Amino acid sequence: MHEYALADAVIAAVRKTAADERLARVLRVEVRVGALQSIDEHTFARALDTVRPPDDARFAAVEFALSLVPVRCRCRPCGAEYGPEVGAEADAHGAEAIHFVPELAHSYLRCPRCQSPDFDILEGRGVTIGRIEGERDE
Amino acid sequence: MIDPRLAVIDTRLAGVRRIVAVTGGKGGIGKSTIACLLALAAADRGLRTGLFDLDLTSPTDHVILGAPTGFPDEEFGIDPAMHAGVGLMSLALFAGSTPAPLRGDALTNAVLELLAITRWGELDLLVLDMPPGLGDTALDAMRFVPRCEYLVVTTPSTVVRETVRRTLRLLKERGAPVLGLLENMQVGESGTAALAAEFGATVLGSVPRDDALEAATGDPDALRKTAAAAALRAIAPL
Ligand SMILES: Nc1ncnc2c1ncn2[C@@H]1O[C@H](COP(=O)(O)OP(=O)(O)OP(=O)(O)O)[C@@H](O)[C@H]1O
Ligand SMILES: [Mg+2]
Ligand SMILES: [Zn+2]
Repeated sequence: MHEYALADAVIAAVRKTAADERLARVLRVEVRVGALQSIDEHTFARALDTVRPPDDARFAAVEFALSLVPVRCRCRPCGAEYGPEVGAEADAHGAEAIHFVPELAHSYLRCPRCQSPDFDILEGRGVTIGRIEGERDE
Repeated sequence: MIDPRLAVIDTRLAGVRRIVAVTGGKGGIGKSTIACLLALAAADRGLRTGLFDLDLTSPTDHVILGAPTGFPDEEFGIDPAMHAGVGLMSLALFAGSTPAPLRGDALTNAVLELLAITRWGELDLLVLDMPPGLGDTALDAMRFVPRCEYLVVTTPSTVVRETVRRTLRLLKERGAPVLGLLENMQVGESGTAALAAEFGATVLGSVPRDDALEAATGDPDALRKTAAAAALRAIAPL
């Protein structure tokens, strides 16, 4: 389950923000999971729970609000904008490769209009953090 | 929006004592060969050694070492593939020979992803095999792995020296530690010593032109027996 490494990264980033902002309690963290990586939301929620530091009181009441972000790509040569379906367009090996390293979309997916591998992934690539809500002590 | 991967890179590399990037200005001067021979030499000395192929669009370390491709083991991240005593990470493990046409942000994202999920564990040495030139990945290495030391490969070619000079200038400007210059494919006198002197850099030594390397490609034991490997062992800054 390499998702744990990404969950661990989310916790590390939130801890850093909590320290920078001198938060006494982190209450809610928006976590956006890009559909390209085909990370199961429940798996990721469980991973976040597993790697959450049990001895860090700041995280005792944290809620991770997960949302799935659909993939949007734009083809450089022809300009087409599209939302690839990894499961339907890549074979099982390709889908798993993209799951590990989303950039391998350029190996296993093509522009539906001109078949180019030269596209930008505009949205829905991987795991990012949105708002972090918390409170300071007086 | 926060990219969580940035927060975890240092943790992932925390158990790595030393990181050495094998770089050089031009393609085909033997960076990957030297990186692989260096990793083998380190492992043979009993050092816990990793090799990270950062030539994302043209990875070759798995070919040089004869490491099979295939998804790495995953548990709380992904584990480097152990081969010939060296832990290898490469996009080729995931994509085999399928082309990975990457540019710009895609290159950076792929490096970041691998840095964030690879569990190198406790290592004495992590060798980074760099792509040629001063493009995306060279900049990403400076940015994400600032403590990395540079082993700069050059050859007796005047053309190569010009590109290596640019590399040295940038490394110097950025204050990046340069272990020294290594002259590969040495055939006689060359301008390497003068180039090193320009930058106050050390010449580590040279590795001769060795036509046995081709036949040894893909076979770590045969590689270890080459004159090139012996020359590198003698000068490797381990
Ligand atoms: N000392 C040497 N003697 C003979 N051949 C060599 C020597 N060093 C490297 N070579 C050969 O030169 C070719 C290019 O080497 P290598 O792939 O290591 O270069 P590189 O700098 O990594 O190239 P790139 O920039 O494309 O990644 C290979 O076929 C390799 O076996
Ligand atoms: Mg190379
Ligand atoms: Zn197109």
